[in-house]
Amino acid sequence: MDNKRKELKVTAIRNGTVIDHIPSDKSFQVINLLNLETYSNQIYFGTGLDSKKFGKKGIIKISEKYFADEEINKIALVAPSATLIEITDYEVTKKEKVHLPESVYKIVKCFNPKCVTNIQDIPTRFKVITDHKGEMKLSCHYCEKTMSKENIEFL
Amino acid sequence: MNELIGRSLVSITDYSKEEIIHILDLAEEFEKNHRQRILDSYVVSSLFFEPSTRTRLSFESAVQYLGGSIIGFASADTSSVKKGESLKDTILTVSNYSDLIIMRNPMDGSARYASEVSPVPIINAGDGANQHPTQCLLDLYSIRKTQGSLDNIHIAMIGDLKYGRTVHSLVQALSLFGATFHFVSPESLKMPSSVKTWIKKAGLEYHQYTDIMDIMPIADILYMTRIQGERFPDPLEYEKVKNSYILENNMLSGSKDNMRVLHPLPRVNEITEDVDDNPKAYYFQQAKNGVYVRQALIAAILGLK
Repeated sequence: MDNKRKELKVTAIRNGTVIDHIPSDKSFQVINLLNLETYSNQIYFGTGLDSKKFGKKGIIKISEKYFADEEINKIALVAPSATLIEITDYEVTKKEKVHLPESVYKIVKCFNPKCVTNIQDIPTRFKVITDHKGEMKLSCHYCEKTMSKENIEFL
Repeated sequence: MNELIGRSLVSITDYSKEEIIHILDLAEEFEKNHRQRILDSYVVSSLFFEPSTRTRLSFESAVQYLGGSIIGFASADTSSVKKGESLKDTILTVSNYSDLIIMRNPMDGSARYASEVSPVPIINAGDGANQHPTQCLLDLYSIRKTQGSLDNIHIAMIGDLKYGRTVHSLVQALSLFGATFHFVSPESLKMPSSVKTWIKKAGLEYHQYTDIMDIMPIADILYMTRIQGERFPDPLEYEKVKNSYILENNMLSGSKDNMRVLHPLPRVNEITEDVDDNPKAYYFQQAKNGVYVRQALIAAILGLK
């Protein structure tokens, strides 16, 4: 009975995309990142849900919508643990972890105030790199400065 | 070398080891004969959005010795930038009037951006605190000339290693040639970890010191940089260290015979004037080499050599 109730906390969708295993504190950031507020489709959303693996997690279900890889992989910047599930007629047709994109375009602000992208109207571009400690960093295509995760600010 | 024709130079890492060597070889040719009218009827733009003495004059002298014409401005005050023109518009306009654009701009990353919008090649003459690749090429030329080779040298870099862009590019370039690096700086101005990672990835060694005398018997090249007081969060700390990184003539007595002192200039007080007469002082010749290196670069990019 308990299990059944848990499953019903966020309604199932017939067709579309489910983003699961989002760290609870990143749920709203993921929604913003995917510009979900502009969608007219049905969207179901839960956060603070119990998760064996993560303690608390968020989940987003977007009806009748499938994302291009580069679009969905943006969320790996804030929620690298997220899982992407595609549903067709209530069946799971694809399930995979999001992966970090090789580069990010126009979604992150450069943290260097002297960077040309912060002074003139120029779209930002970053290469996603991993430092010697295995931590993800963004290297600005223009000013060549490298910023760590804490400095990431979305446009 | 066909690969260089029409290509912008923004950062020293845009060039391969072979391309760097090609430019240095060409520069050697220009040192033997720097008056060659190969740029006859060519127009080069020199856009200096902030003042510079050495870089601007040596570029302009390089073009003029080659018989080319120079147009442009020496400060943003005398350009449309003052009226609020965007960098893109300035570059697109100026590219209509010239075969090549040499640009210095205080915005970090402006040179990469300019190279992407410009239909003619851009040579970065310094983009803010980011890159200054022609300084790096002339440093490499000076090292090769004084040491006979760029391979496996021991280079000591002294002063502000944290913010000094010339030392960062020089480390990247020398890593291609198997150098050993000796870094001498106050604790708060140590070489950034990203640069040290670069060295490790290249499989090379670096050593860090706080006393300039420690590297005197080891170094083939002493690369001096200026320590700026405004870099220190605590003025007291600056007062403590400011005199520790001043090179005086008597300090050079224990150095190797082949050792040469380099400095990107301008100097303020970090090398006392009594060093100037020591045959190991090479910084003014180094600045002169800038003309030959820039001639080589312009000739290569325009496909004239």
